[in-house]
Amino acid sequence: MSKELIHLNNISKSFDGQMVLDELNLTIHENEFVTLLGPSGCGKTTTLRILGGFATPDTGSVIFDGQDITKLPPNLRPLNTVFQKYALFTHMNIAENIAFGLKIRKKSKDYIADKIRYALKLVNLEGYENRMPDSLSGGQQQRIAIARAIVNEPKVLLLDEPLGALDLKLRQEMQYELIRMKNELGITFVYVTHDQEEALTMSDTIVVMNQGYIQQIGSPESIYNEPENAFVADFIGDSNIISATMIEDKLVNILGTRFTCVDTGFGHNKPVDVVIRPEDVELTAPKEGILQGVVSHLIFKGVHYEMEVMAGGFEWLVHSTALHPVGQEVGIRIDPYNIQIMNKPESEDEEAVAIDI
Amino acid sequence: MTSNKNNWLSAPYTLWSAVFIIIPLCMIFYYGLTDKTGAFTLENITAIATAEHAKALRLSILLSLISTLLCFLLAYPLAMILTNMKISQHSFIILIFILPMWMNFLLRTLAWQTLLEKSGVINSILTFLHLPNINIINTPYAIILGMVYNFLPFMVLPLYNALSKIDENVINAARDLGADNIHTFFRIILPLSVPGIISGLSMVFVPALTTFVISSLLGGSKILLIGNVIDQEFTQASNWNLGSGLSIVLMIFIILNMIASAVFDKDGEGSML
Amino acid sequence: MRNAAKKIYITLIFLFLYAPIGTLMVLSFNASRTRAKWGGFTFKWYVELFQNDDILRALGNTLLIALVSSITAAFIGTIACIAMNGMKKRTRTIMMGVTNIPMLNADIVTGISLMLLFISFGFRFGLGTILLSHITFNIPYVILSVMPRMKQLNPSTYEAALDLGASPVTAFFKVVFPDLLPGILSGFLMAFTMSLDDFIITHFTKGAGVDTLSTKIYTEVRKGIKPEMYALSTIIFATVLVLLILVNLSPENRSEKIFKEN
Repeated sequence: MSKELIHLNNISKSFDGQMVLDELNLTIHENEFVTLLGPSGCGKTTTLRILGGFATPDTGSVIFDGQDITKLPPNLRPLNTVFQKYALFTHMNIAENIAFGLKIRKKSKDYIADKIRYALKLVNLEGYENRMPDSLSGGQQQRIAIARAIVNEPKVLLLDEPLGALDLKLRQEMQYELIRMKNELGITFVYVTHDQEEALTMSDTIVVMNQGYIQQIGSPESIYNEPENAFVADFIGDSNIISATMIEDKLVNILGTRFTCVDTGFGHNKPVDVVIRPEDVELTAPKEGILQGVVSHLIFKGVHYEMEVMAGGFEWLVHSTALHPVGQEVGIRIDPYNIQIMNKPESEDEEAVAIDI
Repeated sequence: MTSNKNNWLSAPYTLWSAVFIIIPLCMIFYYGLTDKTGAFTLENITAIATAEHAKALRLSILLSLISTLLCFLLAYPLAMILTNMKISQHSFIILIFILPMWMNFLLRTLAWQTLLEKSGVINSILTFLHLPNINIINTPYAIILGMVYNFLPFMVLPLYNALSKIDENVINAARDLGADNIHTFFRIILPLSVPGIISGLSMVFVPALTTFVISSLLGGSKILLIGNVIDQEFTQASNWNLGSGLSIVLMIFIILNMIASAVFDKDGEGSML
Repeated sequence: MRNAAKKIYITLIFLFLYAPIGTLMVLSFNASRTRAKWGGFTFKWYVELFQNDDILRALGNTLLIALVSSITAAFIGTIACIAMNGMKKRTRTIMMGVTNIPMLNADIVTGISLMLLFISFGFRFGLGTILLSHITFNIPYVILSVMPRMKQLNPSTYEAALDLGASPVTAFFKVVFPDLLPGILSGFLMAFTMSLDDFIITHFTKGAGVDTLSTKIYTEVRKGIKPEMYALSTIIFATVLVLLILVNLSPENRSEKIFKEN
């Protein structure tokens, strides 16, 4: 991995006596696309505001490129922000909006004109110089907000739920645009969202947060495939989260039935949580399954069928391209590699994590 | 709700504003442009040029400009402080400034006499502090003070309204893009509050320009403003034609003011409420 | 340091705004008849106030005019808002322009224009002409505080009510009206306050022999204000203040703190 750029050291922050961030530690590398993902109130926006300089942590420090910038005001920080709902200057036209930061840095007229042209090209809005922000659509305003930030050549771009106000199709388009821009600019993106799909699509690294704590840091694949706790498993994609007992290494008792798995080191007869993704549940003829059940619900989802199967006293969520009508008896089989074992939360703090969103 | 069926609902107000707003204004023009016999004349309007009237108008303009400017300078920092206090109840702020109106306007203004008198409250305090006394009662300064005192809320409220409508993130964005406090103020906050500024300026300027009460209560009987002249034409001299003619002159200023508010404040963003 | 400066600034401004009010309150307990000197503490003026028929009649007139004119204005103004909401944009702009005239126009001009109207059409000057004038300048306050609420209304709720079987009138009173009510109330309060505090327009549209508190004070200025007036103002102000404090302390008004995160 490339050079470390930002360190958040033991950051705590509370509002009105309510803890929003609790001793948060996070390292962000150069050129990384980092996504802070979590439900509202998880502290992700506060983390971003602390990075941008709009909030001061109660304790802890922000180290940027080896320098402590905790007390540095936002106008002196080498980062720029793309705000939620764009925050464009409505009394200036597009060119003036984009030139704002450059004029303050007293760049030459030619340099500014070049930069405006370059930025508008980058965001695919050439020729919009003289329009007013109010006359643009939400998606276009979003692009201007990005253009306005990146002309200042920040080392890090902070994006606060930038796609939240856009409709689904535009959101998907913008996801690809953002990846393209990031690659073209070669800078670090720190992206805040509550949308797990956005996070999975764009990020190099996802930081899953809840109630002021980091739940898991990892690549999209590892977050999806190996969630470390029930919160992460539940928040990222659909999953079956079942209480189980680890009998011994590589053998787990799920709903009274023994399943082979690949995990080791959990001890003997230890209570655990297991996560099984719905697409990893194979439906077979009743006799061929390890567990037998009856299909109780069926919905066509386009790519696949979504079914609920009542088996072993648990309603299993199953995604399959094969159709099994409601009432049919089926068998359930799971590949050992697809059974993810997680420790049950022990402390009270961790317990809080399991609360459903 | 958007259908045109309920157009009849607009009848009462349309009728009311025609009878009690539009026709009365036409009456002023009728009286202002005729003489006592009902014949057309411009004399009532050109009467503004006579020494006595011109002097009153000049003084009115001067005093009202000064007090409007003072109101602005006092109110802008106040409105900014109030906005930054982030009081969730918008109406609370409005209330604080409306509340004094429950004590009669004339009495409140008269109270300044007590405060400003030679041996009044303020001078007693100044003497106690070994500071020079002020003797402004019955001078134009007292009138300016009365104007600022009475009309300050009309400046604060539109400014507060306009400032609190500025998205906090817009200010954050300016800071983020490298603007220091001074830049942020002059490039972002001030331009975005223009609707409130315009509205505040006209809400103070018009009543200050046309008042006759403040001048007669605090200025003694010698200082005549244009409002006093018009008042006397109506209530003492009973020369309605001349009074109307002078009012038409005043209305030119008022109309200019209305145009300015219409141009700068299209969406009513700077309104008081 | 900066915060201290801000606090001092706010305090000074409020001192400026409320100093005359404090002065009047003090004067209402002053045993001396002149404002100039303190003659000791007394409740005398409060007692005499209730024996002074002139002042009590003026108070009655003032309250009657304020109440009737603000209720009428609330009624006409609200109907006007509903009507304007359904209008074409151009017509609405013209109507709002007309509405703004009494707000932006000088009180003296509004006053004399109404006076000329009443004279020309042979109205008898008295309570009636004052009422008509006050309604006229009160309507804009109602419209300007109801209109923003009107714009925020979601037209779907009204249509949903119709869809669920309500008649247009029922739908209006059950769905639209409750949403407008806060705007109507604040417009009414604004109008009531303005009517109570008005002097200039009343000055030009009242007849001989009819007085409100304002006009009564104005005629008394030369003779010297009766200290009973101070007592009366103090009572009015204190009543409003106590009412406001009670309203603001009521539990439902203790506004929910907006938790500013995400």
